Amino acid sequence: MAANEQQQRFEKRLKKRDIGEGMSEKENYAVRVEHAVVRFNMASERIDNLKEYFVKLLKGELMFKEFLALQDVSFQVKKGEAWGIIGTNGSGKSTLLKLICGILKPYKGKVEIQGSIAPLIELGAGFDGDLTARENIYLNGAVLGYNKYFMQEHFDEIVDFAELWNFLDMPIKNYSSGMAARLGFAIATVVRPDILICDEVLAVGDYAFQQKCERRMSEMRDRGTTLLYVSHSIDSVKSVCDHALWLDHGTVRMKGDVERVGDAYMEMLR
Amino acid sequence: MTITAKRMEVFRRYWPLLEQLVMKDIKLKYRRSFLGYLWSILNPLMIMGIMMLIFSNMFRFDIENYPVYLIIGQTIYNFVSESTNQAMWSITGNAALMKKTYVPKYIFTLSRITSSFVNMVFALGAMLIVFLICQVRFTIFMLFIPAILVQVYVFALGLGLFLAQGTVFFRDIQYIYSAFLTAWMYATPIFYPISQLPEGLAWLIKHVNPLYSYITQFRTIVLEASFPDGRLILYGMAMSLLMLGVGSWAFMKTQDKFILYI
Repeated sequence: MAANEQQQRFEKRLKKRDIGEGMSEKENYAVRVEHAVVRFNMASERIDNLKEYFVKLLKGELMFKEFLALQDVSFQVKKGEAWGIIGTNGSGKSTLLKLICGILKPYKGKVEIQGSIAPLIELGAGFDGDLTARENIYLNGAVLGYNKYFMQEHFDEIVDFAELWNFLDMPIKNYSSGMAARLGFAIATVVRPDILICDEVLAVGDYAFQQKCERRMSEMRDRGTTLLYVSHSIDSVKSVCDHALWLDHGTVRMKGDVERVGDAYMEMLR
Repeated sequence: MTITAKRMEVFRRYWPLLEQLVMKDIKLKYRRSFLGYLWSILNPLMIMGIMMLIFSNMFRFDIENYPVYLIIGQTIYNFVSESTNQAMWSITGNAALMKKTYVPKYIFTLSRITSSFVNMVFALGAMLIVFLICQVRFTIFMLFIPAILVQVYVFALGLGLFLAQGTVFFRDIQYIYSAFLTAWMYATPIFYPISQLPEGLAWLIKHVNPLYSYITQFRTIVLEASFPDGRLILYGMAMSLLMLGVGSWAFMKTQDKFILYI
């Protein structure tokens, strides 16, 4: 019940803030997140069948225990900026990325995106183990919204980058996770997206490939791609990003210059 | 941009994905099988053969051209049953993908129904063989058959969307639906003539079972070489659109919550 009250108060606050906000600079932003709230149901036992549902309904035990994974998160990313998102486990980093990709819908608030997004939340999420790598390249391309002709044009480039010429006609279930990740990265970054979203994907793969991925990312940055980057390694965030957002239990603890936020975060950890 | 224009834009962008998913289903179905696509034709022929043996010797329905009668009912029913069963798991089965990247969710359901539809089109080959053996007269009315298939497709899509969203929240819908499918099979005149039934029951089936409409339209064209009753067609189309409306309404209403349950 307490959560409900908190919710209502919070809604009032939202309304107040929405009034009188200037919209003139809207075009310059790649990502605008305004007072976003993401709500999950944290019921102690999840009901996933009709039988239990009716039993609980009759007993009057049907409950909804809400859990706010993100509470009133706002931040704006200008085109060409690179933002690192930092925070401890369970602070809502991945939830925020999923919100920006459109996988999750905000329960309250607004998310606005300008331009195309390449989500690298999990490499090769669209792979089908029974299909060969060749077939998977087309399938995964389609998942990202590219057509067959586009993929045909860039096919060589993808395989070159992934260095998998010898294994093209092997079903992908026989690939090692590193090989699959290489292919996934190569497909996802074949175009120059306006916004690149990375969630610790580079942890897989050997050192040489990690270097290769970082090179490609900085190339994209040079050409004006906006980057959102989640990592537990502050050093990595500092080297890649110019801004940072520190999430703490679903709320924004601090945002701004990467050095300042990163140092404050490290201070807290110590 | 209006919301409809926006949806069309998204649909166009993900058209290649639909294509890829359908191709994937068809390719994987017959990969590593010796006869490959031929199974799509052989399988219905074998089942029809068995049903013919049973029903022309054991029960003796007095139907002219019984093999033709049988295979039409069987093909339509099988498509609806197979495609909706597949569609039921289209959301839960692609959970991994939906958690990691944004894709319009109905694409998965649409692709399942469509790949089953393509399978049925292959199975029409089996039907053609039966037609030739039984010396069915080919008429101009047969050009209407695709329109019947479209009615069935739209109906199955609506039902598939409804089941797919329901299964996300209640996994035991599968048991209920499998019992329902058995009842539905017996309530559809696939191997018996509707005239065998008591009048009340026959009336009920004619008015609440859309499969009756689709199968009867098909049989009228092939067996009686005439154009089906206009009311039957109108009823069939209305049921398809109604099911599609209900299915997509339920799907759209719940789709934002899928991610929390898959």
